[in-house]
Parts: sequence; C-alpha cells; structure tokens
Amino acid sequence: MINDNHTISILVVNKPGVLMRVAQIFSRRGFNIDSLVVSSGIDNKYARMTITAQGNEENLDQIKMQLSKLVDVMHCIEHEDSNSIVKEMALIKVVCTLSQRSELLQLVEHFSCKTVDMTKTSMVIQAMGNSDKLDALIGQLSDYQIIELVRTGKVLMARGQEET
Amino acid sequence: MNGAEALVKCLEMQGVEYIFGYSGGAAIPIFDALITTKTKIKLILVRHEQGATHMADGYARATGKPGVVLVTSGPGATNTITGLLTAQMDSVPMIVLCGQTISPMLGKDAFQEADVFGISLPVVKHSYLIKNTQDIPRIIHESFHVSNTGRPGPVLIDIPKDVSSADGEFDLSPELDLPGYSFPSNGENETIKDIAKAFEKAKQPLIMVGHGAVLAKADAAVTKLAETLNCPTISTLLGKGAFPEDHELSLGMLGMHGTAYANKAIMECDLIMSIGSRWDDRIVGKLELFCKDAVTIHIDIDPSEEGKMIMPDIFCVGDAKMVVEELIGYCNKLDIDPWVKKCQKFKKDFPLKYDKIPGKLTMQEVLEEFDKLTDSNAIVSTDVGQHQMFAAQFMKSKEGYKWLSSGGAGTMGYGLPGAIGAALGRPDETVISVSGDGGFQMTMAEIATACIHNLPIKILILNNSYLGMVRQWQELFFDNRLSGVDLEGNPDFVKLAECYEGCKGFRISKSEEVTKVLKEALAYNDGPCIIEAVVEKTDNVYPMIPSGAPYTSMLLEAPTEKLEKPTGST
Repeated sequence: MINDNHTISILVVNKPGVLMRVAQIFSRRGFNIDSLVVSSGIDNKYARMTITAQGNEENLDQIKMQLSKLVDVMHCIEHEDSNSIVKEMALIKVVCTLSQRSELLQLVEHFSCKTVDMTKTSMVIQAMGNSDKLDALIGQLSDYQIIELVRTGKVLMARGQEET
Repeated sequence: MNGAEALVKCLEMQGVEYIFGYSGGAAIPIFDALITTKTKIKLILVRHEQGATHMADGYARATGKPGVVLVTSGPGATNTITGLLTAQMDSVPMIVLCGQTISPMLGKDAFQEADVFGISLPVVKHSYLIKNTQDIPRIIHESFHVSNTGRPGPVLIDIPKDVSSADGEFDLSPELDLPGYSFPSNGENETIKDIAKAFEKAKQPLIMVGHGAVLAKADAAVTKLAETLNCPTISTLLGKGAFPEDHELSLGMLGMHGTAYANKAIMECDLIMSIGSRWDDRIVGKLELFCKDAVTIHIDIDPSEEGKMIMPDIFCVGDAKMVVEELIGYCNKLDIDPWVKKCQKFKKDFPLKYDKIPGKLTMQEVLEEFDKLTDSNAIVSTDVGQHQMFAAQFMKSKEGYKWLSSGGAGTMGYGLPGAIGAALGRPDETVISVSGDGGFQMTMAEIATACIHNLPIKILILNNSYLGMVRQWQELFFDNRLSGVDLEGNPDFVKLAECYEGCKGFRISKSEEVTKVLKEALAYNDGPCIIEAVVEKTDNVYPMIPSGAPYTSMLLEAPTEKLEKPTGST
C-alpha cells in the first residue's frame, strides 16, 4: 500500500464536538493526522479545518465520503498543491552567539524570513511559505542549534473560482 | 413550563407513542414531566437500559418510526452503547435521551457522570449535548429529522439536569438549523437508464435486496421490478421481506449461511444489482472473487457506500423505492428463460434440508413448523447465532418490517426486547422471539416487562446448552477444542416462565411434540409464553461458506476433511 500525503479542507458548522467527530473518522481507519489547523470562517457560525494526513488513496476516498456525511460538515474537498495556495508558518528559536549573528541574518534574508526576537544568545526566526521551503530552511538551520520549533501546519486556499 | 416539559411536548408533536426508559437521578425532571404534562406517551419501564434500546430498535424496525429511549446519566447512559451500535450498524432510527449531571459539574467527575457524548460518538448518526434550555425543542425536532431521513440511524441527546429543570418560554416549533445535513431523494435519471440498459444486455441477472429496500418500503416496487424483468431475486439477512420469499422468483437469502440455490446463482450470475445492501463481508466472502466477472450495480441512499466493499460498475445514489419505481419504467421482460429455469433447478436440486429423527429434536423442524402455523405472517425477532441462521432459512418473510435481527452488530440479547418493542408497535400481529439459550439469558430480565404489559409474545428458546455457532467453528476449524461455549448451569426455562405472573411455559423435547405444543403456545394470548425446545446439542448450520472464503468453498453438509482456518472477519 502506498501512503501519500493528502491535504483536505473541511468547512464545518462551528459546534462543540465537531473536531472529535472528524478526528474519529481518521483514527478509525488508521490514518495519522500530520497537521491540523482549525479556525473560524467568515462568520463565527462556520469553521474551517485544514488537515494533512498520510494514507492510501482508496482509504482516503472513504474518509472523504464519511466526512461529507457528518451532519455538521458542509463540505470536504481534497486539494492538490498545484492548484491551490498553500502556506505554512514556522517560528524557529536557534542558538545565536554574537559571532554567529551576521551569518544567520544572511540565511534569514536568503529565505525571505524575519527575525522576531533576538538576544545575546538566541534568535527567533519567523518563516512563511510552502512546506518545502520551511523544510529547507530548517535543514540549513540544523548546522546551528535549534532550541525550539513550532510550525502551524498547512493552510490552504483554492485558486480562482474554485471552492476551498 | 420547564425544559423537560417542553421536551415531552415535542416528543408528542413527533408522534411518539412509547418511551422505553429506566429512571435515575439526573433524569428525574424528565420522568416527572411525563406526569406533569399529562402526556399520552406511555412509559415502558424496562429492567436494563440495553433492553430499552433493543425495544426501541424493535419498535422502529416493526413500525418505521424512531424508537425513543430515556435513561439516566453515567451507567444508565453507558448501558445504551450496545443498543446504539446495534441500531447504527443496521441503520435503525432511534432517539436516546440521557440525563446528565448539572452543567456546572460537567467534567468534574460528579456522581454518575459519564462523557456519554464522547463515548457514543462512533456509534451514532448524530448527537447533542444540550447547553441551553431554549434549544430543547429545536434539538428534539432536529434529532427526529436526522434519525429518520436519508440513511436512518440513532441520535443521542445528553441533557444536563439543570437544563431540563429550568423554566422558560418555549417556541415548540422552531426552525431546524442543520445547514450541513442533506440526503438524496431520487437517483439521476441517466444512471437509472444505464441500469436498464445493463439489464437488457444481461443473460443471467440477479437482484439482491438489502435492509435499505425494507427501510425505504420498496417491497412492492421491488416485486414489480422483478416481475417486469422476470429476474430471480435474492435477499440479504436484513433484506428479508423486501421481496416475498414465497415468490417463484425468490431464491431466499444468500451469503455465509444462505441457501445453496441463492449462492449457486451468485456463482453464475453475469449481473448483480444490490438494492440497499452494503455488500457485507458475510455476503461477499472472498472480496476479490465475489461476482468478479459480473456487472455490478449498487443502489444506495448513502453516497459513502460507493466502493466501500465492491467498486460497482454503476452506482446510483437515491432512495430505493424512488429509484426502483423509476427504473421499472425503462424495463421490459428479459429474454432469460434458460437462466430462470436454471435457478428453479438449483432450488429443486439443492433445497434446504435436514433429518427428522424420531425421539429427537432439531432447531430446523421447530422453526419450519412455527413458520407454517403462522403462515409466514408473524413478526420474528431473533438473537444471534445458529438459531438466527436457521430462522432466516426456514422462516419465510413475505413483507418488510416483520424480520427483526441484529445483522451488522450481531448483538446477542436482541431477540426478546426486540420482540417487546415490535409487540407494542404492532399489537395486532403475532410476535415471535427466537433465541438460543445463550442470547436469551443476556436480556431475560425483560420477561417482566413483557408480563406487565400482557404482551402475548411467543418466546422460543432453542436450547442446545451451547453457544452453538462458536462451538460449530471450534469443531470445524479448531479440532473440536471447545472453549468457553458450554452453557452448563442453564435454568429450567419452563419453571422460569412460571415464576412470572401471566407468563406460561412450554417444553418441546422431541419431534412428535412440535406441532401440538406450538399450537398451544399460539393459542395462549394472556401474556408472554416461553417455549423451550430442547434440541440436538451438536448440530451445525449448513450451507456454510467459511468466513473470507470464495463461494466455491460452500459446504452443503458436514465436511469430511479438515478445514483451513478461515481468513475472513470473525
């Protein structure tokens, strides 16, 4: 069985328990959720979930149909990175002595990120972009000592007239 | 008016006749409202909450209306989980109302607190935890709507005691707020035409009816379709009644313990159309080989059934009755007489059979005789196991809503409470509960419930002193190492009957007594009666397709060689 990465966007009615119902459908079929972003939609009545998960295609079709069937789910759409805008943010705290500061700042500039906190011994970098870019940045930073790493997980929006 | 009273008013508006309940602290305000509102809804006080859920389930399967359960918090609520699973697996409409601790105490391990909303999530169609008293009417009406539309299923409502106790002004007919909920009605016209075309090309087609056809009340339409096409028709365990089993085109039940003629037809068909069945693993056996060269058509109201088991050539989402009625318009009599004759020959050559041995007793002869004496018109509620399969084989269903059996969940203990629900919902029908000695003892406390309401249920216990189906597997696949199946210590079931007021006990020990005793039992209508049939201890159910095996592995009788251990589910 081939396990691929999948990104699913779910528009739900913003009610207690809806996240449990969604998570249960993934766990029942042995899917591991890699990232999950939940926030309210245009108004508070609806919420948006963006979920990345690994699993085989056939199982995923079942999951999408089961999700769509939930009473509180408006719709559930799987998106390809190619026809959607995919962003993720990371905050990375690295060890940064005064002597390392300038080369780290070069790296930050190269990846078009920002520094959002700086002390004599550390630096917090804020990075945004697709997940590959963040992976590459984190790879580069591994030459330094990463103290803490927080990633938001993917958020995604379909391009043009397509519904997310 | 308080929340509980508003709740009862809304149940009345939904046409509820009975509440199957068991009281307790957190549910007292609701039980109180059953008195203060002077409602006509009758409370059926059960002996265990699981019994209440199966009664509500039996009521729903016999009437088509959601059954309503009312229990208290904590253990009262958790005791409904088995009944919820049973209803969810078989798409039965049911409303389970649970009392809950007061809202400020939620999550603080209060006395009799259980997170029943969380515990029940995997076994409900939908659920609610009511936080505001004002929401009660909307949630009650929503839950009935969700429970009994589309693919039916159980809905659980958790009601904190302060919410049910609070006074307020109520709008008893508020608008529903279900923006994410929809369900299909009729199928796509183009798809239906495609189905008709596929039939035109078929030489050996089969129609298979499942529970969806029963639930949609599609029986008349299915019969007309089968007759229009002149197409042999088979039924799943829960599809019994969606096509009359005494019809000449009927081949009875297919699957693991289906009739040999239905299973032979499956092996040779070149088209199979499921109407409201989910291709359960007891039906398909070895998935990759099931009807692998046949055109497969699947009609289902639940879009998520597409490709769950079988990827059909044509999938039609829609209500079984509507789709079939429209399909009839595109169908003509098929030129398939050789196939119809072949199926008739299967029926003649491979009938259901068993040996009657004077002085002894088999399950089959008791069931066959009961079926004959009731002219296949009784409502039959079964438990799970050998007796269930024999009942499915030998008790013929002529119409829907009369065969009640836990198919998906396989819940032992369903039989008696299921029959009680059916007897209340359909008081003019003869109701038979068929159990083994194992399943019966799981919910036999409900004899009292049947007695209190003078329900003339015929409680047939086919007693072989074993958990027969498991024993059969151990005999066939585990070198007859019997483990955990010997039910020594069974009570005297006739004496048990007699210790309940209004209940009568009968016993059948040999072939010669069957007709006489069953007639006596059918004539006793002052209350329930128990008929204990002491049957052969080590009989096995055939035909049998071992779990996960292809149809070609069907055993028509006891095998002479040792069998491989089955690979399929359970």
